[in-house]
Amino acid sequence: MTARLLAVAIAVALSAPAQAERLITTLSTSRVLIYSNFTGADVVLFGSVERDAQTVARRGGYDIVVTVTGPREDTLTFRKERVFGIWVNADSRTFVKAPSYLTVLSNRTITDIADINTLRRTQTGLARTLLPQEISGDIADSIRDDPFRQAFLRLKVERNLYRETQNGVTFLTPALYRAAIPIPDNAPTGNYDVDVKLFADGALLARTQTALEVVKVGFEQVVANAARDYGLFYGLATALMALLTGWLASVVFRKD
Amino acid sequence: MQIYLPIAELPVNVLLVLVMGLAVGFISGMFGIGGGFLMTPLLIFIGINPAVAVASVASHVAASSFSGALNYWRRRALDVPLALMLLTGGLIGTTAGVWLFTLLRRLGQLDLTISLAYLILLCSVGGMMMVESVRAIMRARGGRPAEVRRPGSHLWIHGLPLKMRFKVSKIYVSVIPIWVIGFIIGFIGAIMGIGGGFLLVPALIYLIRVPTGVVIGTSMVLTLVTMTYATIIHAATNHLVDALLALILMIGGVIGAQFGARTGQRFSGEQLRLLLGLLVMMVGLRFAFDLVVQPHELFTVRSVEGQR
Repeated sequence: MTARLLAVAIAVALSAPAQAERLITTLSTSRVLIYSNFTGADVVLFGSVERDAQTVARRGGYDIVVTVTGPREDTLTFRKERVFGIWVNADSRTFVKAPSYLTVLSNRTITDIADINTLRRTQTGLARTLLPQEISGDIADSIRDDPFRQAFLRLKVERNLYRETQNGVTFLTPALYRAAIPIPDNAPTGNYDVDVKLFADGALLARTQTALEVVKVGFEQVVANAARDYGLFYGLATALMALLTGWLASVVFRKD
Repeated sequence: MQIYLPIAELPVNVLLVLVMGLAVGFISGMFGIGGGFLMTPLLIFIGINPAVAVASVASHVAASSFSGALNYWRRRALDVPLALMLLTGGLIGTTAGVWLFTLLRRLGQLDLTISLAYLILLCSVGGMMMVESVRAIMRARGGRPAEVRRPGSHLWIHGLPLKMRFKVSKIYVSVIPIWVIGFIIGFIGAIMGIGGGFLLVPALIYLIRVPTGVVIGTSMVLTLVTMTYATIIHAATNHLVDALLALILMIGGVIGAQFGARTGQRFSGEQLRLLLGLLVMMVGLRFAFDLVVQPHELFTVRSVEGQR
């Protein structure tokens, strides 16, 4: 036992200060543009593991986990219960600043990459992402098998907004990797953080961050901006459009 | 063919939405109703946020009722003074309804209120219409003339003060029940996201004794104004009106309404009321089914207001 601890201590002492590996990443685009024919897109992430001259190759090879987090928002989760014979939303939880979009891509099963404590500490994987709930004024993360938390994750996955792909990262060479980040058609607009973690032999070696942006452009942007900034005029214009459409139809289809 | 909706923030199939607009427009033209009570659930069903659906349907209903109202206007089949009296109550009711809508939304009980309101209103109105129209059809079959106007059997409503003569409808009636009906329609319409034509038409026929020939055109005027007003209010306060979605729905809706109106003329008033009663009842039962049967998924997720 003591020998094992010593071995771990030596290993930590040797690996920690060195920071021998560096991650280099780039995205195929940093802006996903939403046009009127937008039906989802893939952003490709390329990167390589740079190793300085002193470092030897890792025996177990490298593992990469890419975590993409969309704009955060407070999200309500309701649970229905039967009251007087009808199903009503009885109980609810607010997930405070939960990611509206979350994708975790890895090159193999995440639980094989590192031990559970390391994964929890680094919030690696959907199941280990912090989702603080507001419970009677206090904000705290719930236990993993909390039904509200599980339902929240399940519903987000069903809507393609949360995703965990165990073979989402491909190594082209032992140091060169590639991952496709899926942006679904219902992706919320805003800034997305892309976090790339490098693991080897169960330890986090390096980490790098980049970002991408999902924006509406062209006609979509004009309409969305008008609706937000000039609500009254937008409403008047829509009402006028409705009346014009109705009038046109009655003229076109006039019998006499 | 997919198109991305700027406010609903998701792509939809243009043809699907167009066909939905056509179908609901056909029904609305046939029965002289806005069709909001059919369109809103349909949009929610294809995945559009309920708030966006309610707000966008308002403008679709405005378009189809305008085209319908113009047709009835050309045939002089609408009562303008009666419509104006209804509107007085209707606009106050809409404003009050929007206020309660906002309040319920904050309390998190809007969905249940909407479901229960749909269930109670649609089932009772649908049931009443079916019973009444079956009786009328039986009477007609039995050789007795249909009793459309029964001068002897006045309701207590007809004893109220502030009487006014409506020449087109050939009625002499107090304006108080008309204001009250207008208020209730506006109020319910704002909460449930419907024009309320399917409530207004029977109310005018049974309570005020407005002749069937005039009632649809008059009801369309009320629907037109309250829904135009609702579109503007929704856009100004909640920023939830999707103009692109509304435009596709409108185009389908106004075309469908023209064919619906022609089909509707082939049926008698009683047959139309029976069909509409059946339809209203079916939608009501659909809501009852959702409330009573254990849902497949007990949980729902939605972002907190203002964060969308």
